[in-house]
Amino acid sequence: MITVVDYKMINLGSILNMLKKVGAKDVVVATTAEDLQNAKKIILPGVGSFDAAMKNIQGQGLMEILRVKAMEEKVPFLGVCLGMQLMTKSSEEGILPGLGYVPAVVKKFRFSESNLRVPHMGWNKTSIEKPTKLFLNNDPKRFYFVHSYFVECEQTSDILTSTEHGHKFVSGFEHENLIGVQFHPEKSHSYGLELFRNYVEKY
Amino acid sequence: MLEKRIIPALLLSEAKLVKTTKLKNPQYVGDPINTVRIFNNKEADELFLIDINASRSKKGPNFELLKEIATEAFMPLGYAGGISDMNQMEKVFSLGYEKVGMSSILFSRPELLTEASRNFGAQSVVAIIDIDKGMLGGKKAVNHLNHSEKFSPLELALKYQELGAGEILLHSVYREGTYTGYDLELIKEISSKISIPLVALGGGGSRDDLASALSSGADAAAAGSIFVYHGPHKAVLVNYPKRSEIEDILRKGK
Repeated sequence: MITVVDYKMINLGSILNMLKKVGAKDVVVATTAEDLQNAKKIILPGVGSFDAAMKNIQGQGLMEILRVKAMEEKVPFLGVCLGMQLMTKSSEEGILPGLGYVPAVVKKFRFSESNLRVPHMGWNKTSIEKPTKLFLNNDPKRFYFVHSYFVECEQTSDILTSTEHGHKFVSGFEHENLIGVQFHPEKSHSYGLELFRNYVEKY
Repeated sequence: MLEKRIIPALLLSEAKLVKTTKLKNPQYVGDPINTVRIFNNKEADELFLIDINASRSKKGPNFELLKEIATEAFMPLGYAGGISDMNQMEKVFSLGYEKVGMSSILFSRPELLTEASRNFGAQSVVAIIDIDKGMLGGKKAVNHLNHSEKFSPLELALKYQELGAGEILLHSVYREGTYTGYDLELIKEISSKISIPLVALGGGGSRDDLASALSSGADAAAAGSIFVYHGPHKAVLVNYPKRSEIEDILRKGK
């Protein structure tokens, strides 16, 4: 069973469709704490702003159940894009604290060079930084990104993938049961399918 | 480093996929959902959908169809057609689109670019400039709904950038569906003067044309005909270059 958390910021269509395509059984869309009660594996998607997302998660009464699942039951927990950023302690984008599961913070891209654009939007190369079950091999992958803020991990051992935009940044972390990816696997064709398939089958 | 892109531009009309020549004479090409699935399998970089009837008919965007398409697409999406306010834009973004484009509406309400870019971020806002050729061969930006309001393409691009557009889609309507190649001079002129990405559309008749658009300064080459037709008789065949072929185009397009 895979539980996709819906906190009312995006259409989950392409994520749900990709999960179906990789053969995920029993995909549940959760909007309440009750929906999450029996979750065995979680995906926290997200697009939008940090505080708006945290407010919705609080407003839907999901804070405690998500914490129990991520930190006590230690179920596999995958944050995507803003979902990844929410798993950290805080973000320069907002004033509300994050979920705080992973020792990391979120910073804004700042460039003085004019040819580098913010947000970082488009296809970019993603290098694998440590062994993981999420990918079949260590070859660099191509993923689609849309973001203005990036995660900075306190422990380098948490860094799963890295990508360059002006400087190298953490495009993925894996910390025990907690995984976050900055890119959009649901918009990244076969690389996204590979990631979701492995998350479904190997975690 | 972000990569340059090769984008199929798909025209919608009454929930069908069509292909036009110079935005006229729409020919039925297929079912949009099926076509999106084929582009999934071919791993297209991005799709840009333009509803050519949404403004004309005053019906606005077909949200049901847009939702179905977004659910099927495992790639980034852009949409243009009949967008005239923030609510519509918000809805398109919430359906899972990364970009929204506007063209004719910008002649009367250019401030929509500013509002949109403030609300959704400039990266999501595409200003479409439709280009026609004047009697004396000069190129003019026109409002394709009434073919009036002629401006200098460069001036308009600079104005849209200033107002908050995050991307310019330069649509050479007079070349659309003609396989005569992109308007390379105009691409060079405009891309060298603006700082936001330029997407070229109209005239792309071969893979070499795609590469030429990129080497002339476009950040992305968009095309319709070559991705939906095959052969001299224009048999419908949805196609997209393989990754190795794309890399070849990108190399030539440097």
